[in-house]
Amino acid sequence: MSRLIEQTTPASPAAPAGRAELRRSKRSPNQPGRAAATATYVWLVLAAIVLLFPVLLTIVGGFLPEGQLVRRPPGLFNGHYSFGNYVAAWHETVVPLLPALANSLFVGLVIMLAHLVTSCLAAYSLVFVRMPLRKTIFWLFMATIMVPYEAIVVPNALFIRSLGMENNRWSLVLPFLANGFGVFLMRQAFRQFPDELRQAALLDGCGHLRFLCGIVLPSVRPSLTALAVWSFLQGWNMYFWPLIISSSNNSMNTLQTAVFALKSNGNGTQQALVLAGVSITLIPTLLLVIFGQRWFVRGFMAGAVK
Amino acid sequence: MRRPPVRETLLGFGFCVPALAGLGTFVIFPLFQAIFLATRGTDINGNPSRSVGLANFAALFTPEFGTTLLHTLLFTIFVVVVGVTLPLALALPLTQRLRGMRLFRTIFTLPFAYSASAASVIWLLMLDPSMSPVNWLLRLAGMTAPGWTTESPWALITVAWATTWVVAGFNLLVLSAGLAGVDEQVLEAARIDGATGLRGVSRVVLPMISPSVFFAVVTTTLTSLQALGQVQVMTDGGPNGSTTTLVFSIFHNAFENGNNDYGLASAQGLVLLIVGMALAAVQFGVIERRVHYR
Repeated sequence: MSRLIEQTTPASPAAPAGRAELRRSKRSPNQPGRAAATATYVWLVLAAIVLLFPVLLTIVGGFLPEGQLVRRPPGLFNGHYSFGNYVAAWHETVVPLLPALANSLFVGLVIMLAHLVTSCLAAYSLVFVRMPLRKTIFWLFMATIMVPYEAIVVPNALFIRSLGMENNRWSLVLPFLANGFGVFLMRQAFRQFPDELRQAALLDGCGHLRFLCGIVLPSVRPSLTALAVWSFLQGWNMYFWPLIISSSNNSMNTLQTAVFALKSNGNGTQQALVLAGVSITLIPTLLLVIFGQRWFVRGFMAGAVK
Repeated sequence: MRRPPVRETLLGFGFCVPALAGLGTFVIFPLFQAIFLATRGTDINGNPSRSVGLANFAALFTPEFGTTLLHTLLFTIFVVVVGVTLPLALALPLTQRLRGMRLFRTIFTLPFAYSASAASVIWLLMLDPSMSPVNWLLRLAGMTAPGWTTESPWALITVAWATTWVVAGFNLLVLSAGLAGVDEQVLEAARIDGATGLRGVSRVVLPMISPSVFFAVVTTTLTSLQALGQVQVMTDGGPNGSTTTLVFSIFHNAFENGNNDYGLASAQGLVLLIVGMALAAVQFGVIERRVHYR
């Protein structure tokens, strides 16, 4: 492989440069010829049509009148757009979406805040506090990452039931207030913190809590953002647990379970209403995918590929 | 090393208490409880009852559970193979200096915004006989659409595709990040030398982004192993159990139709635990190596 690179790298002056090679080297790297470019575009456009169409259907369909979608040919782009479905979703009584939205926000925000607090505290002591069993505790946290949630969902459900909390909103978040991955992510961030700064702060008589909140946390803001985004999405997109908890009680629905309930409700004739519902679940996640890819990639991969 | 002062130690433990309490109560303790529950039956009130010995584990060696594992395997293979090669086939052309590549990248990552239930509901509507644009296109081409979620081989493929659609968006991000770290001249060299197409990709580019590819493969495997929402929303395990995967089987035995078979569900959960831990161990091993190489 190295031979191949040597031969064709434009920036190797020692290589005898033929005419063709000179011409080639003038082109900036990675700029394909016209035929190659056309082929690329054809492939990308085809893929975009297949992958994007369901997204268009979700968003555009949510603004179309009920019944338009079953017409042939599909009238996605010539309808009378309105907020009618959103108004209907607002007033929907069989599967009320407003409490579900409140529950989803509650779940996302509480889990996010809890992860931030529990992860930062634990990671701080793992990195900055001299104490016995530090390694053991760290590996205990790591071990919890490896446990697939579905393997322990049965005992957890029985536990919540035995506490009599099935109708309590907190039962939606209680099992998820701490997370091993969060501890790992913050530990990795704290370890980048220069040791001299820490010594100086401690010499100045700076207490641990003040050192954490005043000096360490502000300096790891990108990691905090990544963890916050990741945790919020964990909560917002969660399906299995709310499904079990809300099975006996409609008011415990999150948007994710409500959307499914909406779909199974009304013999599948309320497609536009369902699409409006799905669009609501997409608002924070689409915004993050479009504008916050940086944090996403960092959050997901910091622990793994870094 | 000097023994750390007692105050310091107490503070350290104190800081760990919230996280340890949460994980201890809802992850570590339930693990042992699951082992205990796996030896129990269920009474008429739907609560765990007396010991049934290893009967629940014996139920793991039946043809039914074998079929469940087979569905899980097929589902996972589909999602991993398509969910990694498709974004790879998109991420590679996107590295070229052409107009609109950023727009295409954003478009391809949009499905990642969908949760399991949102994606499942959308694909149910996409393939719903009353409004399916896909069926309409097929009919224009003179073909009859199969019962996407109601015919046996198709149902598993449909559910797997809905999962793949979301996963591909995330993997495109991962693979693009990996490709961004590859020297542009190397990519160009591979292309000029006639090493275009599959040969160039597999011989030159793939080895250079192997950590990203591996990360994508492992996370995709774990995701598809744990894919419950897609099955529950789209097919509810049917038709005729043909989409019953391991996690769906756990959910079905414990929580659906008043089955309340917590013992069997827990035993199946332990199988999932073993598979998941083995995969995670592989992943950790690779991270270690990667860090070492840097």
